[in-house]
Amino acid sequence: MAHRSSDSKRPVRFAKRRDHLVEHVEHEQAAFAARTFVVFLILAALFCLLIGRMVWLMVVKHDEFSTRSDENRIHTKTLAPPRGLIYDRNGRLLADNQAVFSVEVTVEYAGDLDATVAEVAALVDLSADEIDAFRARVASKRRPLQEIPLKLPISEQERAIIEVNRHRLHGIFVKPKTVRHYPYREAMAYAVGSVRRISEQDVQNLDTGRYQATRFIGKRGVEAFYEQSLHGKPGWQRVEVDARGRELGELSSQQPDAGQNITLHLDANLQIAASEALGDRRGAVVAIDPATGGILALVSKPGYDPNLFVAGIDPDQYAALANSRDTPLLDRATRGRYAPGSTFKPIVGLAGLSLGLTDWQRTVLDRGEFRLPNQSRAYRDWSWRPGNAGGQGACDLHRAIYRSSNVYFYELGSRMATDALPDFAAQFGYGRVTAIDVADADPGLLPDSEWKAGYKGESWYPGDTVNLSIGQGDLLATPLQLATVATVIANRGLLLPPRMLKSSDGPLAEFVPEPPRRVEGPTAEDWERLVDAMQDVVHRGDLGFQQNGTAWFYIGREIAYPMAGKSGTAQVVKIPQGQEYDEEELDERQRKHAWFIAFAPADAPRIAVSVLVENGGGGSSVAAPVVREVIDAYLLPRLAGNEEWAAAGNFRSVGAYAAP
Amino acid sequence: MARDYIRILPWGTTLPRRALYNVHLDPWLLLGLGTIVAFGLVVLDSAAGENSTILASQAMRIALAAVAMVAAAQLEPRIYLRWTPVMYATGVLLLVVVLVAGATAKGAQRWLDLPGLPRFQPSEMMKLAVPLMIARMLHGGPLPPRFLHLLTALALVALPAGLIAMQPDLGTALLVAAGGLAVVLLAGIRWRLVAAAGALAALAVPILWPFLHDYQKQRVLTLLNPELDPQGASWNIIQSKTAIGSGGFLGKGLHNGTQSQLDFLPESHTDFIIAVIGEELGLVFVTLLLALYLLVVARALFMAVRVPDAFGRLAVGGLTLIFFCYVFVNIAMVSGLLPVVGVPLPLISYGGTSAITLLAGFGIVMSIYTHRSTW
Repeated sequence: MAHRSSDSKRPVRFAKRRDHLVEHVEHEQAAFAARTFVVFLILAALFCLLIGRMVWLMVVKHDEFSTRSDENRIHTKTLAPPRGLIYDRNGRLLADNQAVFSVEVTVEYAGDLDATVAEVAALVDLSADEIDAFRARVASKRRPLQEIPLKLPISEQERAIIEVNRHRLHGIFVKPKTVRHYPYREAMAYAVGSVRRISEQDVQNLDTGRYQATRFIGKRGVEAFYEQSLHGKPGWQRVEVDARGRELGELSSQQPDAGQNITLHLDANLQIAASEALGDRRGAVVAIDPATGGILALVSKPGYDPNLFVAGIDPDQYAALANSRDTPLLDRATRGRYAPGSTFKPIVGLAGLSLGLTDWQRTVLDRGEFRLPNQSRAYRDWSWRPGNAGGQGACDLHRAIYRSSNVYFYELGSRMATDALPDFAAQFGYGRVTAIDVADADPGLLPDSEWKAGYKGESWYPGDTVNLSIGQGDLLATPLQLATVATVIANRGLLLPPRMLKSSDGPLAEFVPEPPRRVEGPTAEDWERLVDAMQDVVHRGDLGFQQNGTAWFYIGREIAYPMAGKSGTAQVVKIPQGQEYDEEELDERQRKHAWFIAFAPADAPRIAVSVLVENGGGGSSVAAPVVREVIDAYLLPRLAGNEEWAAAGNFRSVGAYAAP
Repeated sequence: MARDYIRILPWGTTLPRRALYNVHLDPWLLLGLGTIVAFGLVVLDSAAGENSTILASQAMRIALAAVAMVAAAQLEPRIYLRWTPVMYATGVLLLVVVLVAGATAKGAQRWLDLPGLPRFQPSEMMKLAVPLMIARMLHGGPLPPRFLHLLTALALVALPAGLIAMQPDLGTALLVAAGGLAVVLLAGIRWRLVAAAGALAALAVPILWPFLHDYQKQRVLTLLNPELDPQGASWNIIQSKTAIGSGGFLGKGLHNGTQSQLDFLPESHTDFIIAVIGEELGLVFVTLLLALYLLVVARALFMAVRVPDAFGRLAVGGLTLIFFCYVFVNIAMVSGLLPVVGVPLPLISYGGTSAITLLAGFGIVMSIYTHRSTW
């Protein structure tokens, strides 16, 4: 323990204390060693604590933290499958997918959302509505890290501007998207239907796994009915991302399976022809191919442009559509309920024949009025005028049809048992949906005693059958149902359930074919004689007013093919007993609905049509010419042996309806 | 003389132990510190994303620190003994200057810009000055120290620690205080008194709580409940625990840590680098590194025990315990045992002046040890 003595002061001090110091220093050194050892044990214990902590994190909790680490870095993105395309029977695209770009925001990466939106708004044109809609989407339930659309679509120029400024826009992404596009716009709005943005209510009913990346869902028409098949199977992509959400690369992926392409029976040419034939009038046209039950045209007017709903319709526009008195959002063809009026008479006649209550020879004297025994109420003929009973004279069933005698059918109906007529009529598809794949088709209403007791709490009166036998009373049917009736007659009693689907790449789960059904009762001869009578509705002419078919004057002249038809005029308001129905005096909305159902050629039908013109007036004068135009458009080129020419659409311009 | 040679290199090259001793270096300490530094550079290369500038800068810093260590080892202990009060006084003065006129970085005044000198943190030098000062103060008196000496020592610790805490730099303040108190502890103090002090400190927490800065409170609260604000205050600690935990036994492999390489882990190449080690190299290397640190601490404490002079023993012990505190506080903080304080992992974390301070400290340790015979 020698100390260097170069320091002048220190050795002196140490020297004085050396004696006891040496002993003390050695003692102190030993005590220090002991203390240090204890301290070292404490340090070692603290290190063991650290190692224990590490073991806890790295071994015990390893799985949990591994998962958390993977969740950090791996994002599994669902890849939306391309939606199946929809074609018409001639291969024209009715619904396709267009590539657009959208601006999307991942809220978690955006930081200050208001500032981010403001920055985007400075670069692209953002309306207040779009910002509000975005905020609503942000506020609603969403998945973590979900990209929320801010604007769709953006222009090429806007896209370029955003890309240039991307480095300072956090959480903003420009994403390629496909949106549904309907090139025929209004013309196909109801036939094809449309997709709409998936709403919060939708989410509750959806298989969220399949729809994770999907933003649109079929809401109307074919798009709605075949949603499952059109949608396809989503794929997924696992990408590695960094802490700022930038994608670094794909780890693995599964490509989505595109939805099924669907070909419909619809004929775009005919659809346009029908739409033009209807013009600006409110109404509906349904055309069916009797050989297959395939729906060739399904028109409802007024319509709307389904593309509006895809882009996200602005509230004012929507309110204008929804609140319009013309109800453009109502599909009159499949959901409009109207009394069929006289178009029901052939069914009543067939019911009478089947029930043995009449035959083709039996005549009834029509003096313009019918009264049930012991009742004062007069049931009138359509030709009734105050002071002039009118009437069609002596009518057999044939004449009763081409002259549309009310009295004949009143008398026939009055002899039918309660519910006999509704039971028979049900075979034609009244009161139920026979269409296989028309979304939300309305069943109409076929009243019978059970319905009346339940709904009105009244029993069935003979007068009800009398009213029913001219297609009035509570009976309601849609244009689709009446086109089906025309098809049944065209097929001489065979009901082929109407269908939209013509073919598809593979079988579609939604399509459950239904077997054709035969109307029981009428004989083959009955059907032929009925068709003859309905042909006379159109073709019997030049014989004087009382002898002509009701529609001859309007459509029966210069017709190139045999057409069988039946007019109908449905009362909208009750006309008090003894008063005349004066079209001029009634408000336009209270005028009668005009019906005409027909098929052609009568002997070998290739098309069956029903036309409704709302508040149009007379069926023969208003609806029949529309039918004639529709059938002409379909049949004339084909009869000329020029099916290819017809299919090519040379006689109608598709261009007028194509997107600009 | 087999005992005088030590195997350093695997192929059998031997260095005369005496030769190292003669230049006042300790082979075991050198070996331990060198391994840690080398390991640190490898990990830093990965943690900094193979950024060669960072790596070169760190290598430069380590080289500078090594020079400082060798230089410090050459100075005789009596020089430290004589100059310690000057160093301490200068340090305290500079701390006051920092508070009055220091440069602000990250919301705290820690740096001093003196003309003609590189920027430096006076608090850094107090990590050396305080244990030396306490050792010097206590070695002259009776050991174990009397109560009055203890109070003086505590005052000498509290003054700089308080000044540093006011910057505010709680991490360094705690380290400085720990260095001083370690010396007091080694000087001999009744364990009862230690326990009482501990209890007193625990009692002080609720009293001091209102005086803490908001971000400091936040860090403590975050420790107690990491799910409090996962995207904000708790982000760091959640991500570091995730990094460590996901590393498992063997780790994801160097450069393959997703938490650190994909920037989920903040401060991955500075204060949180142990999380990178945990994630990429696993429990095995974390344990090995801890063992290495413990080895260095053990060797340094062994050296302290063998120093005949009380000042030397206390100084070596104090400097060693500061080093230990660095390691413990850093790892405990990153693994979520302590609140987040700005303490780097010694010799491995990038940046700062801590590497220079620490190696200079070990230079003093070696000086005191190798100059034993010259006392």
